[in-house]
Amino acid sequence: MASKATINALIKKGLSKKLAEKVAEYYTLTQLKKVSYEELEEKIGKDAKKVFEKLGRKIEGKEKKEEGKKEKRKGKRRKKEEKEERKIKERTVKDEILKILKERKEYLPPIVVDELAEKIESKKLHNKLRIIVEKAIEEYNKHLMEPFEACGMVAAQSIGEPGTQMTMRTFHYAGVAEINVTLGLPRLIEIVDARKDPSTPMMTVYLEGVYRVNKEKAKEIANKIEVTRLINIAEIETDISNMKVIVKPNLKAMERKDIDMNDLIKAVKKLSKVEIKEGKEKIEILPKDENYRELRRVSEEVKNLKIKGIDGIKRAIIRKEGNEYVIYTEGSNFEKVLELEGVDKTRTITNDIHAIYNVLGIEAARNAIINEAYETLQEQGLNVDIRHIMLVADLMTSDGTIRPIGRQGISGEKASVIARAAFEITVDHLLRAARKGEKDELKGVAENVIVGQPIKLGTGSVELAIDVKKLGKVKK
Amino acid sequence: MKFDILKHKLVPHHEILSQEEVEKLLKTYNIKKEQLPRMLLSDPVAKAIGAKEGDIVKIIRKSPTAGISIAYRLVVKEII
Repeated sequence: MASKATINALIKKGLSKKLAEKVAEYYTLTQLKKVSYEELEEKIGKDAKKVFEKLGRKIEGKEKKEEGKKEKRKGKRRKKEEKEERKIKERTVKDEILKILKERKEYLPPIVVDELAEKIESKKLHNKLRIIVEKAIEEYNKHLMEPFEACGMVAAQSIGEPGTQMTMRTFHYAGVAEINVTLGLPRLIEIVDARKDPSTPMMTVYLEGVYRVNKEKAKEIANKIEVTRLINIAEIETDISNMKVIVKPNLKAMERKDIDMNDLIKAVKKLSKVEIKEGKEKIEILPKDENYRELRRVSEEVKNLKIKGIDGIKRAIIRKEGNEYVIYTEGSNFEKVLELEGVDKTRTITNDIHAIYNVLGIEAARNAIINEAYETLQEQGLNVDIRHIMLVADLMTSDGTIRPIGRQGISGEKASVIARAAFEITVDHLLRAARKGEKDELKGVAENVIVGQPIKLGTGSVELAIDVKKLGKVKK
Repeated sequence: MKFDILKHKLVPHHEILSQEEVEKLLKTYNIKKEQLPRMLLSDPVAKAIGAKEGDIVKIIRKSPTAGISIAYRLVVKEII
C-alpha cells in the first residue's frame, strides 16, 4: 500500500528512492512519526537508522538504552568505589582519634568521633589531628551535665512549656488521607498516661518481596487484613412472615474483596442454632426456635458476621511511597498482622505502645514512646530537644513494664508520704500513713520544700565538714 | 511462625553478660545488682535470648544524641 504521496515526501526528506519505496510499503508518514525503532528495524532492517535520522527522530531502541544503562552503572560503581575509599580513610583517622582518647583516658561519644573523622578527612587536617581531638575533649567535658543537676525538673519544664502552646484539636487528619489520628495535647496525654488502648489505633504496615512493588499483590494483603462483614458484600433481608433471614450475595463486591461463595458459606455455618439452606443466588438462614426474638438475634448476628480480615482492623488503605506500597490501617492488631506472609516483619509498626511492649519487649516500647512523643510535638511545630523525652521514656520503662506518670504509676510509687499527699488524694494518704505509723525520710524534693529545708539537688547535694586532724596544720 | 523479633527496627541489640563482666560492671559503677533498671523474665526479648532470672542484659542502643549508648537491665521474675 505504498502511497505515492508518502514516497515523494520521504524522498524530499532525503531518503533514497529505493528506501522510500520500501518504507512506504509498510507505513504512512504519520505512522512513521510514531512507530518505534525496533518495529521499523524488524520491517526494513538496518536502514531503519537512516530513516530515523532523516526524519529527525531520536533512536530510543534497545541499543541506545543499553548504552545509557551501562554509563549509569559505571557512574554508580565509581561513586561506590569513591565512597568505599573515603570510608577506609575515615576509619584510619577514627582509629587514630580513638588511640588518643585511650591514652588520655577520656571519652567522646561515638557520634562525635565519627563526625570528627569525617571533617578531618574531608578538609585534610591530618596534621592538626591531635590539637583538634584535645579541643574536642575539652569542649565535651565543659558541656557535660554536673552530678545532682535537676535534669528531671528541666525535662518537665522543657516538655510542659511547649505543651501550653499545643491545641486541643483532635479532629485534624494527620498525614494519611481518610484515617483519623489523635494529635497534639490529647495524644501526648495518652502516651504519658500509658493508656492501654489509644483512641485512634493505627498501624503502618510495610510489605516485602513481590508484595512491595506490585499493586495487585499489595491489594491482596489489604483485603486479607481489612475486616469485611457480611453486610458489606451481601444484601440481607429479614423475612418475618416466613421466619427466615435471606442473604443475597453481591458478586461484584465479593470479587473486589477477593471472597468466594465457599468463604461465605463457611462463615455462615458458624452461626449457632440455625438451619442453613443454600439456594442458587441466595442463602436462607432459619433459626431453630421459631420466635421473633431468635429471628432478630440471628438477623443481627448475620449482619455483623465477619467473613474476612483480622479482628480490629476497620480499614486498610494502600499508598505509594517512593517506589514501594505501604498499607495504613485504621485499627490495630499488631501480633496477628505480623504473622501474615508478605508483611515486612522488621519495619511494620503501630501507634499502640502496649501492643509493641507485648510483642517486641520493653526496649522497643521505650523507643516507641520516644518516637510517638517526639512526632506528636514535631507535628505541632514545637521543637523540644529529644533528650528530655528520652528521660521521660527511660523513667516510664525503668522497671521492666510501662508505668504511667501519674497517680497509678510513678508519682504514686514515691516513697515519701508528704510528696504523694501533695500530688493527689491528700487526706487518704495522710490518714493511711498516720494509721500505719509510717516514716518519711525527707529524701526527695517536694517533701523538703514543704518542710522548709534545702533540697538534696544542686547546692544541697553536698555538705561541708571539717577534717579535725588537719586543723592543727593550719597556719595561725 | 514467630519471626525473629530481634531483627525489628525498634529492638536494639541485647546480650547476656558473663559472670566476670557482671562483676566488672558492678565494681565500675559501685552499685548492687538491684539498683539497675529491670526487665521482666516474661519479656519477649528475654525469652528470645534465653535470659534467666538474675541475669544482666547489656543493651546497645542507637541513640539520637550520642550515636551509640549502652544500657544494662537486670532480669527479674515479676514486679513486687
